[in-house]
Amino acid sequence: MAEQAIKLGGKRKSIFIDKVKKLLPEGGNLNLCLTCGACSSGCPATGLENMDPRKFLRMAALGLDEELTSTPWIWMCTMCYRCVYACPMKIDIPALVYAARASWPREKRPKGLVGSCDMALRNMSRSAMGTPPEDFAFVVGDVLEEYREAQPEFKEMKAPIDKKGAHFFLNQNSREPVTEPDEMVPLWKILHLVGADWTYGSKGWAAENYCMFLADDDSWKKIIETSIDAAKELGCKVFLNTE
Amino acid sequence: MYQYYAKWIREGKLKVNSDWNKDLKVKFTVQDPCQIVRKSYGDVVADDLRYVVKSVVGEENFIDMTPNKSNNYCCGGGGGALQSGYKKQRLQYGMVKDKQIKATKADYCIAACHNCHSQIHELSKYYGGNYSVVHLWTLLCLSLGILGENERAYLGDDLKKVAVYGA
Repeated sequence: MAEQAIKLGGKRKSIFIDKVKKLLPEGGNLNLCLTCGACSSGCPATGLENMDPRKFLRMAALGLDEELTSTPWIWMCTMCYRCVYACPMKIDIPALVYAARASWPREKRPKGLVGSCDMALRNMSRSAMGTPPEDFAFVVGDVLEEYREAQPEFKEMKAPIDKKGAHFFLNQNSREPVTEPDEMVPLWKILHLVGADWTYGSKGWAAENYCMFLADDDSWKKIIETSIDAAKELGCKVFLNTE
Repeated sequence: MYQYYAKWIREGKLKVNSDWNKDLKVKFTVQDPCQIVRKSYGDVVADDLRYVVKSVVGEENFIDMTPNKSNNYCCGGGGGALQSGYKKQRLQYGMVKDKQIKATKADYCIAACHNCHSQIHELSKYYGGNYSVVHLWTLLCLSLGILGENERAYLGDDLKKVAVYGA
């Protein structure tokens, strides 16, 4: 046993981990790490860029802020929360990853994410593919007409847009209307068979939100608000996320 | 969505059955999307998902991955990874998922999440697993006998001509 306590000199230089702690309930438990490694052993991103969740957290604890906020590993971690699920202390490592993403200047963040986010901001569809509301309405109407004619059992099938007072506000991933419109139909059929009262919104119909992944909080909020406001304005009761 | 599918089946509004697969015995596994299961609703929704899947493909034709539900591995398509440009790393990340799926020996992986669907579809091609990746709505309609021939983009050749609506 040491005779004297070892005193650490100087001020703690870390600010990044402290900043993140302030944002989270219970500080995200970021100072409770037991270094057991349960996080890393069950993380599919372990080893990429010579990084893993435990290492990332330990680096934060040691105040290696520059390394933390420059490793591209933060864009490879999917923030899936399996590390938190496995952790005996429930440490919120993904929140640390998110904060590291947000610390990058926007123009330095991955181009694909910036592009998808910016596309969504272009019009009220909020689609990462930039599809405007009128194009969406056209495709939906066109496909619906085709199926109503071709499949007699579904001649009464509907795919409403902006139907006031509908129970469900359903969103739609952009990939279907843009690249494989027939794939929208099975869900319409299911909703038709159960007699669900549903609608898409011309505003905020797109389900994806790349601004969130980009860690651009203001734009993330703008996108989700468009959808929520549309659902509220129509008087819908349930916001139904598509598959 | 899964909760509503399950509810509608329980209420008898969706009269699904798995007779179409009684003799074919096509095997299915299912991906638990992190966002919906681990991060939002927990194992309750994973159980609903399994109830729906078993109702449409037959209990004996469903094989779970290990681990699963809240403890499942992410496929690697989430968090923006599909658009972040690190493709090599994304596919390496997905190796865990690919091995999990291959271990089930299932012919199909059901991915009722758009990100998972894209990523696992790519993993199947990249690692040569040759399993198909389908949305759940496709199988619901197949089991209801209302899936037309143009709604089968993600079904393999084995199911292109099974119970085709209007044929």
